[in-house]
Amino acid sequence: MRPVIYVLSFIAVLGLGFWAYREHYDTRQALREVSALNSEIASLREALALQRAEWAYLNRPDRLRELASANFERLGLMPLEPAQFGDAANLSYPAAEEFFGDINNSVMVTGQLNPEEDPL
Amino acid sequence: MTRTPLRPLARILKARAQGENPDVIERENLRQRHEEMRDASRSRAEVRLLILGFAFFVAFSAIGARMGFVATTEAAEPRSSSAGAEILAQRADITDRNGRVLATNMLTHALYAHPKDMVDPARVAGELAAIFPELKADDLTRRFTDGRSFIWLRKVLSPEQMQAVHEIGDPGLLFGPREMRLYPNGQLAAHVLGGSSFGAEGVHSAEVIGTAGVERAMDARLRDPALSTTPLELSIDLTVQAAVEEILGAGITMMNAKGGAAIIMDVKTGEILSLASLPTFDPNIRPNPVLPKDAEPGDSPLFNRAVQGVYELGSTFKIFAAAQAMELGLVNANTMVDANAPMQWGKHRIREFQNKNYGPLLSVTDVIVKSSNVGTAKMALQIGGLRQQAFLKSLGFFEATPIELTEAPGAKPLLPAKWPEIVTITTSYGHGMSASPLHLAAAYATIANGGITVKPTILKQDAPRPGIRVMREDVADASVDMLRQVVTRGTASMAEVPGYEVGGKTGTADKPKRTGGYYKDKVINTFASVFPASDPRYVVLVTLDEPVETSGTEPRRTAGWTAVPVAAEITRRIAPLLGIRPMVEASPADRLTAVRN
Repeated sequence: MRPVIYVLSFIAVLGLGFWAYREHYDTRQALREVSALNSEIASLREALALQRAEWAYLNRPDRLRELASANFERLGLMPLEPAQFGDAANLSYPAAEEFFGDINNSVMVTGQLNPEEDPL
Repeated sequence: MTRTPLRPLARILKARAQGENPDVIERENLRQRHEEMRDASRSRAEVRLLILGFAFFVAFSAIGARMGFVATTEAAEPRSSSAGAEILAQRADITDRNGRVLATNMLTHALYAHPKDMVDPARVAGELAAIFPELKADDLTRRFTDGRSFIWLRKVLSPEQMQAVHEIGDPGLLFGPREMRLYPNGQLAAHVLGGSSFGAEGVHSAEVIGTAGVERAMDARLRDPALSTTPLELSIDLTVQAAVEEILGAGITMMNAKGGAAIIMDVKTGEILSLASLPTFDPNIRPNPVLPKDAEPGDSPLFNRAVQGVYELGSTFKIFAAAQAMELGLVNANTMVDANAPMQWGKHRIREFQNKNYGPLLSVTDVIVKSSNVGTAKMALQIGGLRQQAFLKSLGFFEATPIELTEAPGAKPLLPAKWPEIVTITTSYGHGMSASPLHLAAAYATIANGGITVKPTILKQDAPRPGIRVMREDVADASVDMLRQVVTRGTASMAEVPGYEVGGKTGTADKPKRTGGYYKDKVINTFASVFPASDPRYVVLVTLDEPVETSGTEPRRTAGWTAVPVAAEITRRIAPLLGIRPMVEASPADRLTAVRN
């Protein structure tokens, strides 16, 4: 009985040693990946901060105002006026014809269905 | 191993035959056996001790080796916990109330030199001077060759400049990473943001510190590592701020003014939605102007007129006298008070504008509507100096404003040293004591807030902050009603913005000379207003420095002609931006749609 235990524990030591060796190298590999990811995160954050700053710079009110006046003929953008507030009650119902557009019979409706979309 | 018997028969028989005691043989054998046993156990114990000693030796040398290893190698950060967010932002961003970026950080590089590593200092100096116009080749050559081992060349570089320096290709030119503060909106809200600069500088990093405005006042908060990823939210609304600065700038040009300031304040929370002071500057390249000796502090673009500019605010103060008189029960809105001008008080003569006489009697409302100095003075005398001081103190006119800007604590109101009755009289119509436009805005906000004090703040608030009641609600309502009548039938008729029920009070104060006395043709015009009068939400305050309106036959310098139209235009533009519907007679709803629900 005793020799069996000796052999088993010897095999167990060998097995554990091999496991520890592998875990060690796996951990080192994982740490290397983490530090690579960390530096990638840092550089992405840096790029993100820069892009956020650029977004803010490109959207600065001065520039938008200049763009609005440069493209006035095309867009006709004006500052918001008090008179532009409307009342929901003043809106007219959309006409039924408008809602269905040019579709005026069932044949056209089936022809318009998008096969990729679930009709329901 | 053969076991020796204790009583070998041969020896026993032989001993008996010789008449000896056979027990001696047995004892002798026993002794020998014990000795053998002892020797064996001793040698086993020795081996055990040796093994134990070896184990201890190995254990202690392992510990010793580990200690030596730990002591001689550089410590490594534990890497299993992930870091990352803190890597970049060492200073938190600043955003407006809607999250639009007002100040952020950008990674750039500083340029420094190790002249001792340089291959060809003269060539490097020449090429650097070609890239950076402010560096001189001769000067650089001298500095590179006088034996120094380290020189700072530039605090920040653009990527293009950095590439150009790379292309010089000299090993003595080195780059250090720098986090630079960036204000993407340029001049917008410059006085609120202030600016920043580098503090302690090292090769690998530099400290960014605030130099003015909220950057300096909130420096500790912005640098707190725990909060570096949470932006500091200001109460400023970028869109409103842009509109206010645009209109104020146009107003200053049209009214030929030297400068001006505008404040938009929420009367419930005390949040400053816009704080503009012109002329302004770009916080990205904060100037350091050298002013001539006789210049006023306000001539510097860095001067924040809205917070630091302490002026006599003129007739805008009259509403406080009227409100206090009503609060004390001395008058009500319709009480007739003596307004017979001019009024003689000792050697002083109190006159009305252009020596008019609105009297002999005026209702309290009309005193405000017509802006009667004499009527206000009479009410102030009824109130008395002590009570007047206490009331103005409760409105915050006796100490610096609590706003979170570094300039604010320095801008204490200028108060007369003594408070004789003539000071009571002049203070009631805004002369004799000076305060900043922000003081005035906060006091008007208190009236508009139903008589509960409001502290101005530049930081976004979630809810109104508790204040102290300084006047009854009906008094505050009556005061707002008077302000409304100033616009509908008084000195500020140009302030009317259809649908927004603007109420406000004009103020025209002569500028004091540095040598004493007042200038005849230099004024500070102020218009402080609240809207909508039926349920005040915002205070709009405009101050113009030395404006003059020249469209008429003679130059006009009263606030009604200068500050009021500017304020009206600001209100017209910002009210829709703030989402306030104009209160117009709605077109009668069509019956069919009214039934629909």
